Amino acid sequence: MSVSTASRRVEFQDRAKLALEDASLQRALAKARGGFVDHRQEAIDGLPEFDAIRDAARDIKNHVLANLDGYLELYEQQVIENGGQVHWARDTEEACQIIAGICKEAQAKTVTKGKSMVSEEMHLNPALEAAGMTVVETDLGEYIVQLAGETPSHIIAPAVHKTREQITDLFHEHHSPLGYTDRVTQREALVNEARSVLRERFVTADVGITGANFLVAETGANVIVTNEGNGDLTSCLPRVHIVTAGIEKIVPSLDDLAVLLRVLARSATGQEFSAYTSLYSGPRRPGDMEGPEAYHVVLLDNGRSRLLGGQYQAMLRCIRCGACLNHCPVYGSIGGHAYGWVYSGPMGSVLTPLLNGFDQSLDLPNACTLNGRCKEVCPVRIPLSDLLLKHRVEQHERRLSSGLGRLLLGTWAWLACRPRLYQGVMALPLRVMHMFGGRRGGLTWLPGASGWTGSRDFPAPARRSFMRQWQSRKVRS
Amino acid sequence: MFVTCLADLMRPQVAFAAVALLERAGCRIRVPREQSCCGQPALNSGDRASTINIAKGVIRAFSSDDYVVVPSGSCADTLINKYPELFRHDVKWAGRAQNLADKTFELTTFLVEQLGVELEQVSYPGVCAYHDSCSGLRELAIHQQPRALLQQVEGLSLRELEDGSACCGFGGLFSVKYPDLSGRIVSDKCGQIAQTEADTVLGGDLGCLLNIAGRLRREGSDLKVFHVAEVLAGMTDGPAIGEAESEDTA
Ligand code: SF4
Repeated sequence: MSVSTASRRVEFQDRAKLALEDASLQRALAKARGGFVDHRQEAIDGLPEFDAIRDAARDIKNHVLANLDGYLELYEQQVIENGGQVHWARDTEEACQIIAGICKEAQAKTVTKGKSMVSEEMHLNPALEAAGMTVVETDLGEYIVQLAGETPSHIIAPAVHKTREQITDLFHEHHSPLGYTDRVTQREALVNEARSVLRERFVTADVGITGANFLVAETGANVIVTNEGNGDLTSCLPRVHIVTAGIEKIVPSLDDLAVLLRVLARSATGQEFSAYTSLYSGPRRPGDMEGPEAYHVVLLDNGRSRLLGGQYQAMLRCIRCGACLNHCPVYGSIGGHAYGWVYSGPMGSVLTPLLNGFDQSLDLPNACTLNGRCKEVCPVRIPLSDLLLKHRVEQHERRLSSGLGRLLLGTWAWLACRPRLYQGVMALPLRVMHMFGGRRGGLTWLPGASGWTGSRDFPAPARRSFMRQWQSRKVRS
Repeated sequence: MFVTCLADLMRPQVAFAAVALLERAGCRIRVPREQSCCGQPALNSGDRASTINIAKGVIRAFSSDDYVVVPSGSCADTLINKYPELFRHDVKWAGRAQNLADKTFELTTFLVEQLGVELEQVSYPGVCAYHDSCSGLRELAIHQQPRALLQQVEGLSLRELEDGSACCGFGGLFSVKYPDLSGRIVSDKCGQIAQTEADTVLGGDLGCLLNIAGRLRREGSDLKVFHVAEVLAGMTDGPAIGEAESEDTA
């Protein structure tokens, strides 16, 4: 156990180290960070009742989770009534099979996709490509990531890790063969070029796949929120529309939806409302001017129902706004890829071990300073740092943490419970460290903490502890 | 008074400053010998059993006192918020933990909110940036208290950091387990401190201050770092945190 544990640790740490050394990643992260934080703050300053709305949003999600089975059934009924179909997928493999099956039946050659983290969770693109289809991401960020052969590094800004220069190069490489031979470098020109390449795809696609920000039980509608309108073109133009969503995306009513929408955009991008908020409730009806011929919803469980009623249930309230990533100092230092799976930042560090087990993610709950800013900004008040701590407790109890670490900690804790002994034992290292570091004011190298002293001094301790000095002061007086 | 392990071992002057401030305000101070650490390293490593043992010792040690004052936001948070949570299902200890929590205060909060202290003549001629430590700020709403006290210090002016509520990257054992990450975060923090053009950094938690001071020293910066209690008590003549000892004080 300990050997494989050690090698896994190194994986996260290696990825984090690479990320810290990657100059363009660091530039991209530095550029994004302040923007998200400031915009959110401005949006919230403009809405004094924001905290009350957050409470309401939390309560709505809690109510849904307590009655999830009922609401899922109601939702399914409504979808069927609207002429659509609901498919239930236990895990990601089953979900891919269902979706590939629908695409094959529609004899699809080209599939367009709106942004959907749940489809990333399923690894849907490779599955569809293996089935012979061409998959085109239509969200600009997802499109960039797809061209680069990468995965999203942020749940709402998939290409946040890319600099404009890198995007310029990518577009030039992939768009030149299509006749766009000019090398465009400005933001707007890049967006326009992508638009015009994608327009062609929208019109020729056979199937459109989107995610869903919410599913409304009372009407059977799926709701998508975007700033590019690509989701609408993906939903409406192709013959078949497939919605993919986790089972926790349900809200009871349109009124509840309104509450959640009020916190979502403000928390995510600092907008009062996203540019496009669209509700779709099924295939084209007789007399409709547009809309797909067939409408399918694939609902993914993949471990979510296991969390119901347990100590991590609060995590299912997540509306994927990304605020916790934007306010996390660790995410801000290394970006999303270092986390090793589709979900990153605080929400990823809580969720990944829950859905995938600790196997690949032993480090995630530990690589956190517990500063609590994520918990403070979360629009549905998920106590993220507390949940990370629960993971640590579980790791400790299952003896998954490093043996040496446990031994040192155990010894220290044993001593700490015996203050008088502790005070005696601590006197010696104190003297030694003081001797070596006192002159400079700090130690530049400390055995056992050479990592710390790699990037900063370790300030020299006192020659005699307070407790010792206090005792002698008392004796003197 | 609960000294905290870092003040005890790393910077006794912080505890002496806290004692001085409290005594000047008319408090009688008792420092029970039966104390070492609040248990955070164990708590944050997921070792509940050890934390519970340590917590019981702390609860016992202070059972006869009227108030428990702590010169650290994060250790105060442990006593105030984390202990009651640890013993929530323990009929025997839940009440005792809550009792300790109810009478425990972080130092600046105690001085401002319980004592309404007016400082004796004290001066510090400097431009200071204040670092709000995370647990104190978010769990105990410590923000205005130290500022209110520092306003009474003659010659001192305060500067706010641009993203003041951002973490300094200390995180206790985090800084030892993930030193590269921690190093990056603290160097960002030091960059923001430099932007304020302050000559001194103050804060209420030694962990963060040791981290920041260590990084500033490595960068070759000559900014001084003090715990807020040291400034309030007028104990700033000796070397600042992480600063070399001058010949006569060694
Ligand atoms: S955990 Fe909260 S802050 Fe993070 S993405 Fe989910 S809803 Fe947003």
